[in-house]
Amino acid sequence: MSLVAENISYAYPGGDDLYRGLSLEVGPQERVALVAPSGRGKTTLCRILAGHLEPRRGSVAADGVPVAPPDRRARRHARGPRPVQLLAQHPEQAFDPLMRLSKSLAEAGPVETDEASALYELFGVRTAWLTRLPHELSGGELMRLAMVRALLARPRYLVADESTAMLDAVTQAEIWRALMGIADKRAMGLVVVSHSPALLTRVATREVRLP
Amino acid sequence: MKERANRETDRENRETAAGEARIECATHAAGVSHHASEKHHHHTHATGSHHPGGHHLLTVEHLGVSFTMYDPAAPFFSGKRMVSRAIRDLSISVHVGEVLAVVGASGSGKTLLADAILGLSEPNARVTGSIWFDGVPQDAASLARLRGNGIALVPQSVSHLDPLMRVGDQIVGFKARSRAEKHARRARMRGLMEAYGLDRSVERLYPHELSGGMARRVLLLSALIDDPRLIMADEPTPGLDLDLAVQALGDLRSFANRGGGVLLITHDLELALRIADRVAVFRDGTVVEETAVENFARPELLEHPFSRALWHAMPEHGFDVPAKSAEQLAETVGSML
Repeated sequence: MSLVAENISYAYPGGDDLYRGLSLEVGPQERVALVAPSGRGKTTLCRILAGHLEPRRGSVAADGVPVAPPDRRARRHARGPRPVQLLAQHPEQAFDPLMRLSKSLAEAGPVETDEASALYELFGVRTAWLTRLPHELSGGELMRLAMVRALLARPRYLVADESTAMLDAVTQAEIWRALMGIADKRAMGLVVVSHSPALLTRVATREVRLP
Repeated sequence: MKERANRETDRENRETAAGEARIECATHAAGVSHHASEKHHHHTHATGSHHPGGHHLLTVEHLGVSFTMYDPAAPFFSGKRMVSRAIRDLSISVHVGEVLAVVGASGSGKTLLADAILGLSEPNARVTGSIWFDGVPQDAASLARLRGNGIALVPQSVSHLDPLMRVGDQIVGFKARSRAEKHARRARMRGLMEAYGLDRSVERLYPHELSGGMARRVLLLSALIDDPRLIMADEPTPGLDLDLAVQALGDLRSFANRGGGVLLITHDLELALRIADRVAVFRDGTVVEETAVENFARPELLEHPFSRALWHAMPEHGFDVPAKSAEQLAETVGSML
């Protein structure tokens, strides 16, 4: 029962091979930090782990199930949110620009429940934001909504890529406390990327250095 | 519309300037220097702060920025005109030879401060308060003249460069009026590129060929080519890893050390504390405290409760949230399935 990446490698067209057969395992109680200098493919690895990108070689599975449906047929029949959710570095790119945020959130799960309102409260989401379009909110506000949406989908694993980099220290601490509290409660594994070593020592239980 | 807003600014500038310019001179008698952490003009000093000529390089007092707009909550076509206040009663000062970091969350209106100082506010903005540059009170027109001639902006990202123009030509810019002047600027650019460790070949590159660290330096050089006295850097670090961010900030530091002033606008308190002399804590449209970096060594030295909350929330100091919200957090998490 864990998020297992086996022997993966990836290359952008015309680029060198990234990772060259990297294997990684994240347990449901773990919070793993990915550490590497910039340009070594941390964000790409996050997207592979969440099933947004297909690795050129190797496989990624969450609790034994592939994170992305293996072929076109399976993709067509796949229902419901994916087991690994990604908090993208740029939340502006994570929302449909033409969809009101309430509708975007509803894609992940029911939004009228007690759980949803508890999440709004935890991440400081105001209900007035829900009737707006993504461009009418700031990056920090969208990031909070992205977190609520990811958690509404009840993922087994959550990948956070520089997700609190744009917030002030107090908000950052509040949001991480909330995230870690929920992760403990739901036994949800976390993968964390941050440029701040101090934050990683606070948040992560283990560090993985990319080659 | 824009002109009217500007005229209003001018008038208010003059009104306040007349009253306060005298006080400014009175407290800063030439030759009198403040000791470190002495408090005046709403701020405490750093050990390196000094006032050549008896004034600050940049002083902003009681700045307010508000926008006239139609009520966004109203249904279509029925909105009433309203005024939304973005910045209120904000005062900061930058001394010669120092880096002042304005630290606040993104989306909290820090960039509006830069816009106001550069005279680049939106047409529907109403700017009030007073700004002095090098001891001279400024109005909207004179601030616009200072832009690029004393005050320079280092923008946030490479997207501010023309993607279809070689980097060297962009740094040289279009200011030169004669061929000789242009040659002089090109020579100056080469000197700067050497000083900041950029290879001669970078001149011939296009913006998309630059790495993150190189792009930061190119943006900085485009500001330095005009030999400014004050640099405003708007969020210079996002997207850079720690080493590059420290390097980018180090470049600003060395500009200040050579006698310039730097106004660093950032959300990253951790990085700001590494290179700034003083920190202005920005919250809800105003600066709640402007204090020396040394005071961030211990929370007792900070005056405002929000600055203290920031200190405690930093990952190296406990990662704590204010007691009340910690309880709330735990309770809400506990109530969830």
